[in-house]
Amino acid sequence: MTAATQTKITPELVAEHGLKPDEYERILKLIGREPTVTELGIFSAMWNEHCSYKSSKVHLRTLPTKAPWVIQGPGENAGVIDIGDGLACVFKMESHNHPSFIEPYQGATTGVGGILRDVFTMGARPIACLNAISFGEPAHPKTRHLVSGVVAGIGGYGNSFGVPTVAGQTRFHARYNGNNLVNAMAVGLAEADKIFYAAASGVDMPIVYLGSKTGRDGIHGASMASAEFDDDSEEKRPTVQVGDPFSEKLLLEACLEIMEKGCVIAIQDMGAAGLTCSAVEMGAKGDLGVTLELDKVPTREAGMSAYEMMLSESQERMLMVLKPEKEKEAEDIFRKWGLDFAIVGHTTPTKRFVVKHHGEVMADLPIKELGDEAPEYKRPFVIAEKQKRVDADSVAAPMPLADALETLIATPDLCSKRWVWEQYDHVIGGNTVQRPGGDAAVVRINDGPKALAMTTDVTPRYCEADPFEGGKQAVAECWRNITAVGGRPLAITDNLNFGNPERPEVMGQFVGCVRGIGEACKDLDFPVVSGNVSLYNETNGRGILPTPSIGGVGVIDDFQKSATIAFKAAGEVILLIGETQGWLGQSLYLRDVCGREEGAPPPVDLIEERENGDLVRGLIADGAVTAVHDVSDGGLLVALAEMAMASGIGATLTEGPDDTPPHAYWFGEDQARYIVTVAASSAAPVIERARDAGVLVERIGVTGGDALSLPGERPLAVADLNRRFEGWLPGYMAGAGQ
Amino acid sequence: MKAAVLVFPGINRERDMARTLQLVSGRAPAMVWHAEHDLPAGTDLVVVPGGFSYGDYLRCGAIAARAPVMDAVRSFAAKGGLVLGVCNGFQILCESGLLPGVLMRNAQLKFICRDVYLKVERSDTPFTRGYNAGQVIRVPVAHGEGNYIADGETVAKLEGEGRVLFRYTGPDGIPDPNWNHNGAMNGIAGILNEHGNVLGMMPHPENHVEEVMGCTDGRGLFAGLVDHLAKAA
Repeated sequence: MTAATQTKITPELVAEHGLKPDEYERILKLIGREPTVTELGIFSAMWNEHCSYKSSKVHLRTLPTKAPWVIQGPGENAGVIDIGDGLACVFKMESHNHPSFIEPYQGATTGVGGILRDVFTMGARPIACLNAISFGEPAHPKTRHLVSGVVAGIGGYGNSFGVPTVAGQTRFHARYNGNNLVNAMAVGLAEADKIFYAAASGVDMPIVYLGSKTGRDGIHGASMASAEFDDDSEEKRPTVQVGDPFSEKLLLEACLEIMEKGCVIAIQDMGAAGLTCSAVEMGAKGDLGVTLELDKVPTREAGMSAYEMMLSESQERMLMVLKPEKEKEAEDIFRKWGLDFAIVGHTTPTKRFVVKHHGEVMADLPIKELGDEAPEYKRPFVIAEKQKRVDADSVAAPMPLADALETLIATPDLCSKRWVWEQYDHVIGGNTVQRPGGDAAVVRINDGPKALAMTTDVTPRYCEADPFEGGKQAVAECWRNITAVGGRPLAITDNLNFGNPERPEVMGQFVGCVRGIGEACKDLDFPVVSGNVSLYNETNGRGILPTPSIGGVGVIDDFQKSATIAFKAAGEVILLIGETQGWLGQSLYLRDVCGREEGAPPPVDLIEERENGDLVRGLIADGAVTAVHDVSDGGLLVALAEMAMASGIGATLTEGPDDTPPHAYWFGEDQARYIVTVAASSAAPVIERARDAGVLVERIGVTGGDALSLPGERPLAVADLNRRFEGWLPGYMAGAGQ
Repeated sequence: MKAAVLVFPGINRERDMARTLQLVSGRAPAMVWHAEHDLPAGTDLVVVPGGFSYGDYLRCGAIAARAPVMDAVRSFAAKGGLVLGVCNGFQILCESGLLPGVLMRNAQLKFICRDVYLKVERSDTPFTRGYNAGQVIRVPVAHGEGNYIADGETVAKLEGEGRVLFRYTGPDGIPDPNWNHNGAMNGIAGILNEHGNVLGMMPHPENHVEEVMGCTDGRGLFAGLVDHLAKAA
């Protein structure tokens, strides 16, 4: 190492690379000398929070990840579960928060692109995308711009790539003013015995670079995602990459084609920290060394240094180890699709990561230590004191129930998100049985009759008030939504978005949420098979609401039996399943109608959750119920309004119980509840069945008419409710209230 | 029916289209790569499916219109062969000169995916014999650039010659700006060429052929084509 060592490694340079002084000491000890600048860049790429999970690993290990149907848990590009008939479902959710704040369109596109690559890298054809996006308060001057850019970006990538975007969550809260969140999830299908992994095998195997050329974009993107923002965050624009869905579509087809032809030994997509991370992971996982010859890397511009090439995050690139005898065949396929194909290195027996450029060794590092032995922190944490339970009797109703419902369904969090999902192609593929707007999307598997149910869920205000209960609730709601369409929940991917982990109270939120997630996953047999952690979502010292997005997948044996939320006919009996105490703490009623964001969130009883859900799933499978909807944000009356609006059919509701204030009964957010409708003649047997299962059930009304009628309140025309429900978001985006 | 589905890089609804053709006609179509110079012998229907050919980074369909296979399509069409272009396929046919006019960005400048209502203006064409004239069908759209525009003379000619085959309307078949999601002139959703053998349309009938999608209104188009070709053979 000659020329490269000429750049002096100063403490400032180390700090610019996001490495702490003790981490630099660790590097010195590990390699026994001063690193070259390229090596420093490689360490910074591998050891940043985004790639190394150094603050979170110790807690993530506690999550349940196994079940008989889990083929691959966390640690690969995506999780894999067995869905029967020789098929596997491959899925993962990942954040692209920091880039999406700086450049919303491109930040979102590359988020979608990255997660799609994770899925097809494993040999799966993507069949659906989902997302969970969070924005600042509507009145914040940046919010419209961010919503408009992020939504267009998610659509711009998925629509062109050709995958239906079928479900998601969109929320607004002042705590996301300086850090919006973009969590993208992709779901793919593969043959269960044809999954591809990252671990390289065999010495002297050619390492092949595929896809787009390497440019100077996205250098230090992963490091940016590992630091908080300040007022100068706009200056980080050059670290955002540009997405090219066209290239990705070609890459998909080419990759699946060479996998089909049996050319591939190992494959890893180039995501965060690009060439560095992918090459190190392939070697480290296979217990092999890797030597890269950078002169052979296809570049977009001349004169790129080793440092730049190793840290570039240019999109739509892959690294593979190919079977040497199949090299020509693979190259022909890539040329046909007009993609770059270059042998840029080979595997070695040395367990060293060697990078050569212009005949010089620019880096020579121990490969295992770069990956597996990144620093790991047990950061100090404090769990915030639990908030007091809000006694429903102490909350006065500021307006009639009918007015409150009209208010709530036109709030940013509860209003229709049609403006968002209509910008996503949700029908391509011809398998979208349930489109956005229901409890979970349902996508037919090939020609059926099996289908997958999928959803993303989290209630950040619950997580903020009580991280443990909030973590539990996120998983439980995901499980419940899959159940509500008739699905058997199988596994989740978790995308954990938090503030700065170096602050003990933020770390406390993280730890609490992970514990809650773990407990719910265990009790519901709903393991975590993949995930992603995004920390440092913080601006000027103020963090986001803790937002552990949960993406879940379940299977439905016959898509024709899946349940939907719309009322089906007049004269049907409406049943409420589960217990209603009238829990107002952290409810949207308390926040958006009473102006109080406080109290303990509703607790989740996981035993009850399971009993109630198993009953509902059974009722759906037996065709005993006509419509099903889970009760969540906004409570019972909001859920009923959604069922009415989805159908145009009204309902006449009965009086709630005497011992609960009406507004607490109708708007409380007690968990583990579902509304089902049944034909009048089958109400008695369904009630009987619930009682036999030890599940609470009550008749709450009858469908019919064109209005929602509560005792003692003015009737609300469904068409009018619908106008309010559909009106807020388009009005806001068109500039209303400015 | 011996259908050929063209595949350009970036096309992404070719699988939907192939599945629909197979479902309705009982025969899998030939998938024809853009670099081919010839169509398979005996082809009686060419379908240009939807997607984002070449990324649509230039004008939509502009590059695909110049691909080698399009010369074969032009001569096939000149001999009276049936050509159906859907979405990006419609854009490609316009860029190829096989159909007049252009498809501009949607009036609201956003990509829109939703079910729309189309009035079938005529039933006496190979493409619409599966419908009744005046029938209203529901099919999805999924595009950002479907706003049909042509000069006044061309539009007058299209209307005068009955070449507007599908029109965006309300569910009652009455034209209404509120139901014209992309702002197309006269609510034009699909047009024929002069000889009546080339159809371009923005909506996706191929996505509404099975109950699973909640509607089968798109089926009539393909069933009509199968019927027509069976009678012609």
